[in-house]
Amino acid sequence: MIETHAITVTVNGVAGRHTVEDRLLLSDFLRGTLGLTGTHVGCEQGVCGACTVLLDGVSVRSCLTLAVQADGALVDTVEGLGEMDALSPLQELFRTYHALQCGFCTPGFLMTCVDLLRTRPLASETELREAMSGNLCRCTGCTNIVRALAAAVAARGPLKVPAP
Amino acid sequence: MASRTPGTRRTGIAMKPAPFRYHLATDLPDALSALAEPDAKLLAGGQSLMPMANFRLLRPSVLIDINRVAGLGALAQQPGGIRIGALSRHATIETAALIARAHPILSHAMTHVAHPTIRNRGTIGGSLAHNDPAAEWPMLVLLLDGALTLASRRGARVVAARDFLTGPLATALAQDEMVIAIDLPDSPPGTGWGFAEIARRHGDFALAAVGVTLRAKDGCIADPRIALTGVGDTALRAGAAEAILNGQRPDAVVVAAAIAAIRDVLHPMTDLHASAAYRRHLAGVLAARAIRDAWRRAGGEA
Repeated sequence: MIETHAITVTVNGVAGRHTVEDRLLLSDFLRGTLGLTGTHVGCEQGVCGACTVLLDGVSVRSCLTLAVQADGALVDTVEGLGEMDALSPLQELFRTYHALQCGFCTPGFLMTCVDLLRTRPLASETELREAMSGNLCRCTGCTNIVRALAAAVAARGPLKVPAP
Repeated sequence: MASRTPGTRRTGIAMKPAPFRYHLATDLPDALSALAEPDAKLLAGGQSLMPMANFRLLRPSVLIDINRVAGLGALAQQPGGIRIGALSRHATIETAALIARAHPILSHAMTHVAHPTIRNRGTIGGSLAHNDPAAEWPMLVLLLDGALTLASRRGARVVAARDFLTGPLATALAQDEMVIAIDLPDSPPGTGWGFAEIARRHGDFALAAVGVTLRAKDGCIADPRIALTGVGDTALRAGAAEAILNGQRPDAVVVAAAIAAIRDVLHPMTDLHASAAYRRHLAGVLAARAIRDAWRRAGGEA
C-alpha cells in the first residue's frame, strides 16, 4: 500500500497542487517532480547543506524534510534568487569573490546566506564562519565564500541589521 | 503515486526512506492516539530521525508529524521556574529573551548545537527523546535539575531528568509516550555559569562538553552543579566533584581535587574521533575552564 497525500505548495512564488508519496523527501520532490535541479543533494543525511532551501522563509535541509510537510508552505530555492543574466546581489558577490569552484555546494550556501543575512547580526568573522559551518565546500573554497558573505553583510548596511 | 499532474515529471524519483504512513497531528490528543499504534514514531524537527529514516535504520509504520500542534513550542515563565514546550526549536532557545534572563547558559550552549539551519528545525523534546550520548540538551537539563512532562493516552507524568536519561539513545519514555514540556527551576540570584565544549569541527557532536553553575557566597562556592556529555553512555552529573567544591574557595588545590573526582567517574568511549584517555583528559580541562568562568560570572574574587 503506497500512501500518498495531496499537497499545495508555493515554490518560488508559483503555487501548485501535487500528489506525493508520504515518504518523498522535499529535495527529491523539488528535483524529481518539479525538475528544479538547482537544489543539490549531497549527503542525504543533513550534514553537507547542499540541499538547503527556505521553508516559509527559514532555511531547512530539504533532505530532512518530507514533501508532504511543505503542504500550505512557501518554498524558495536557488532558482528563485536570480536569472542567468540577472543574478541576485548575493549571487553577484559570489561571482565577484570567486566564491565557488565546482559549484556543487553553491545553491546550499546561497540559501543559507539568504537566511543568515536576514536573521543574524554576523558582526564578526568568527560569528560569520560559525554561521556558515553547516555547509561544506569540498573545493577548499571556503575563504572566498566567507569574503563574499562578509561583503554581503557590509552591503546590508548598519541600519538593516535585524535585532538578534 | 497518483496520476500524473500536468507540468510535473515523475521519472526516476528515488525513495530513500522505507514506506510509512504520514499522519499530520491536529492536536495533542490526536498525536497521542496515533502514537498508540505499533511502530509509530513522532516527527518533530526530524534532524536525527530523518537521517535514520533515509538510511532505513528506522522503519516506522506511521510517522506522526507534531510540527503543527498548537502550543507545543511555547516558552513560559511560571512560579519557580520556566516551562519550555517540547517543540521549541534550538534557534528559539538561542535567541529568546526569557531564556537569556533565566538560564543564559542555554542561550550560549545552543550555539554549539549543530548549525543555524539545523537549529531552525531541531527541538528540545526531540533531542531529549533521542538522547544522543554526546548531545548538549540532555546534559543541560540534567545540570539545571530539569523535569520532563511525558504524556500518553493513559495520562501524564513528570520524570526528573536524572531518571529520564537511562542510557545511550535510551530514555524512560514508553513506546506510546511523548515529551510535551520541560520544566527548569529558577536558579538563585547571582548564579554564575560556565560552558566549555570541544568538537572536531564547530557544530559536530561534542568530544566532551561540560556545564557548570554555582554561586559565590562569602568568598566560597555555593550550590555547585557540574554536568558532562560526550564522555559516557549518557550525560551525567559529577556529584563527587560538586561535593568537593561546595563551601570551598576555588583555589588550585580544590579545583584539582574536583577535576580528579570528575575523571574518576568517567567511562568515555574510544572511537574514530578520540581515545577514552583523551576524552577523560579533555573533560577535566574543560571542567576547570567552566568552573573558572562560572566563578567569574558569579562575581567571585579572582
